[in-house]
Amino acid sequence: MAINPIAFFVFGGAALAFSMMVVLKKNPVASAFSLVMVFFCFAGIYASMNAHLIAILQILVYAGAIMVLFIFVIMLLNADEPTFDLRRTSNVVKAGAVAFGLAFVVMLAIVFKKSNIIPLNAGFSSEEVIKLGGNSKVLSQLMFSKYILPFELTSVLLLAAIVGAVAMAKRKTGKSS
Amino acid sequence: MIIEPWLVQTFCAAIFTIGLVGLLVRRNILIVLMCVELMLNAVNLSFAAFSEQHGDLGGQMAVFFIITVAAAESAVGLGLLIALFRTIRAVDTDEIRLLKE
Amino acid sequence: MLMWIPLLPLIGFLVNGSWYAFVQCRPGAKKAGATVPGLIATAAIFGAFIVSLKTFLELRAMPEGARVVEQFLFHWITVGSFNIDMTLRVDVLSTLFTLVITGVGTLIHIYSIGYMGHDATPGKFFSYLNLFCFAMLMLVMGSSLPILFLGWEGVGVCSYLLIGYWYTDDEKASAGKKAFIVNRIGDLGFLLGMFMIYTFFGSLDLAEITTKLGDASFAQALPEAVVTGIVLLLFVGCTGKSAQIPLYVWLPDAMAGPTPVSALIHAATMVTSGIYLLARLNPLVSMSHTGMMVIAIVGGLTAFFAASIAFAQNDIKKVLAYSTVSQLGYMFLAVGVGATTAGVLHVITHAFFKALMFLGAGSVIHGMHEEQDMMKMGGLRTKMPVTFFTFLLGWLAIMGIFPFSGFWSKDEILWNAFANPHGSKILWALGLATAAMTAFYMTRLMALTFWGKPRFDEKKLGAHHGHDHHDDHGHGHGHDDHGHGHAAGVHESPPAMTIPLIILGVLSVVGGVIGLPTHWIDHWLSPIVPLHDPETFTAGHTAEYVLMVVSVLVASGSAFYAYRVYKNIKGVDPLQAAFKSLHKTLENKWYVDELYEKSFVRTIFKFSLFLWKGFDVAVIDRLVLGFGTFSQWSGRAARVVQTGSIQAYALLLMFGLIITLGYIVYGLV
Repeated sequence: MAINPIAFFVFGGAALAFSMMVVLKKNPVASAFSLVMVFFCFAGIYASMNAHLIAILQILVYAGAIMVLFIFVIMLLNADEPTFDLRRTSNVVKAGAVAFGLAFVVMLAIVFKKSNIIPLNAGFSSEEVIKLGGNSKVLSQLMFSKYILPFELTSVLLLAAIVGAVAMAKRKTGKSS
Repeated sequence: MIIEPWLVQTFCAAIFTIGLVGLLVRRNILIVLMCVELMLNAVNLSFAAFSEQHGDLGGQMAVFFIITVAAAESAVGLGLLIALFRTIRAVDTDEIRLLKE
Repeated sequence: MLMWIPLLPLIGFLVNGSWYAFVQCRPGAKKAGATVPGLIATAAIFGAFIVSLKTFLELRAMPEGARVVEQFLFHWITVGSFNIDMTLRVDVLSTLFTLVITGVGTLIHIYSIGYMGHDATPGKFFSYLNLFCFAMLMLVMGSSLPILFLGWEGVGVCSYLLIGYWYTDDEKASAGKKAFIVNRIGDLGFLLGMFMIYTFFGSLDLAEITTKLGDASFAQALPEAVVTGIVLLLFVGCTGKSAQIPLYVWLPDAMAGPTPVSALIHAATMVTSGIYLLARLNPLVSMSHTGMMVIAIVGGLTAFFAASIAFAQNDIKKVLAYSTVSQLGYMFLAVGVGATTAGVLHVITHAFFKALMFLGAGSVIHGMHEEQDMMKMGGLRTKMPVTFFTFLLGWLAIMGIFPFSGFWSKDEILWNAFANPHGSKILWALGLATAAMTAFYMTRLMALTFWGKPRFDEKKLGAHHGHDHHDDHGHGHGHDDHGHGHAAGVHESPPAMTIPLIILGVLSVVGGVIGLPTHWIDHWLSPIVPLHDPETFTAGHTAEYVLMVVSVLVASGSAFYAYRVYKNIKGVDPLQAAFKSLHKTLENKWYVDELYEKSFVRTIFKFSLFLWKGFDVAVIDRLVLGFGTFSQWSGRAARVVQTGSIQAYALLLMFGLIITLGYIVYGLV
């Protein structure tokens, strides 16, 4: 794989550290900001893989929209005080979770290492993409030709989500809006 | 040094596991939802890595759509949370017991 | 043609019963009179009598030896090679019984129309009476033992229904239950006897059994023990149904029922089923010397024992009840000493005079406004002349005074006890002593009730009854309840009651003519009971006449003595004053009921209690309810998963996912 090793290790290590902070921080706002940092790191990794469009989308949508929404809700619900829920969890559960996590990762590592995946060479290697006009151009051409159906369905899904979210969160006042 | 594919996948697995454990252990519902986003991101990276490995841009398309769906899902989820909050007045998952037998 | 004999009473039962069930049982139905249901019932049983008479004449016209009329109705039980058909068969023995049942039954039905005139539910009463007649007729007309048993059980059920007719009174209801339960014990013996017969004879049809026994090689091959066993088991059934020792205890209690019931069931018909059974199976019974001895001894002892108790009873119906037990003992004594025809003759004559006396007692009770205690009666001779005169005829008959009907039958029994090779002098002495006792207590009854001066205040009679009229049936002494609208005072009964008395009185006088004087009955029944050879008797004709004179003298002497004692007593029984403790024992029926209660009833009750609490409730209920408890427990256990916590659900999801993935990956790695 043509990933720059330095980029991978720096961004990857940071992502790991920040995701640990997401899980372990007492203050939800701190958790949210850590998650934003995770997203930035991921965007860096995407960029180092020559996946430019999704790198930008990651920052715009995830960090820019979703996390803002999260912060909104945190502030709306007045949940920005630190919660000591990890103290309330019993030690057994915490130890068990860590052990399970480690075991899970080790097992998956073994699986991944042992599997022999033969590369498909489906025709869109980095050089090809550059030749075809760049990552964004190729992706958008693909989206409106090969992946048009998922595209349309996703737009319908978004509509449904909007309507649902509004209906759910609306206050039932008795007056028709 | 060449980054082996399995290394990237293991990295994704590690992020996924951190998100999973956070989901199961944390009590604050907002942090639980954030862990869900973390897990989705890990999967995104996995897709992107495979796309890079095989030269097939379908992986990146998948990432595109997953991001979109994740956005929609978090909007709806947070709306549900607000509606629930009106009843139980807390963000602790211990308070969400309405389905308990 | 034959089928109409039992069918007409059955139709009467259905008509009266349906009318009662659907019309009278509706809330707000009017109180009905007894005339219409009574007439329907009487018409049914009278029709049966006409057909019985016709059948009797038909049999008379047939040649001797072929006197059987049969009618096949339908196949009843067909299981593999076991076939029982519902066939009615009337032969020389059955026809006598059907005539008695339908004839005396008709008279009692007519009597009941008057007696039950003010009863609340006459439809029910007459339907039960008809049902009883149907069952009794099936008993005597059945061609095989199962049909006989069907009738046997049927009369037991009807006896229970009719004894406990006024079931709102606990005492009367218990009497009905006692009758049924004690009968059931006897029925067990009957059933076992039937099983043995089927095992050794291969058939339950009565004609087949008789034919098999006629075949000498078969009869010789049967072990003596088997025959005796069968006879004794069947006799156990007879002790239950015909009230012999030890299962006689229900009959005195059965006097709680209405008097026509006592007359029909417990004097004339049901209690004679035992005699019918033994007479019907006479070829089998006569093969077992031991069996006959047992039957004779039990019969003789019962006769003596019951007569002793009758000395100390003050209730008029109780005296007659013990008298019935005693006379039944005579009948079994007859069968046991080989004089089965004398036993059958005594059945017939006893039906006449005992039914007469019961109906007369009912008339007395009716006239005395429900008073049953003889100590409170007296001098009714002038006040109820018809009742008195007919009762007198019955009294003379039961004592065995020449030439009344009872004389011929009782004398034949005593003669056979003395002279028949199966008899014994001891039994004859026992029978003679019992005859003396019978004369004594029956004269006591007559003297206390009809002769002497009245021991009651006539003006107080009606008032006492009027006061009683408002509460529910029977507290204190159990009395037949029927309302009176008319004035107080003792009066003769209405014609509906006195005419049957007169007819039965005539029969009590002349009914014996078919017995000794002409020996007609012996010849008539010879296909069933072979005529005995006079050579085998241990005494000759002279002895016979001497014994006749002796028994008449003994009876008359005893009667005269009793008359002297009881002629004019003031209110205290002289015998009670003279023999205080003995009298008390007799009055308490030798404490037999108490003995049974302590030994059998308590034990069975304790056992039943254990089975109920210790087994039914503890084991079976626990097992059955355990299924429910188990479902509840398993539900509760499964509910533990439903915590309502989404993180718990997520954890479970994850486990499932890991297992699935592991399974898939296991194949790849």
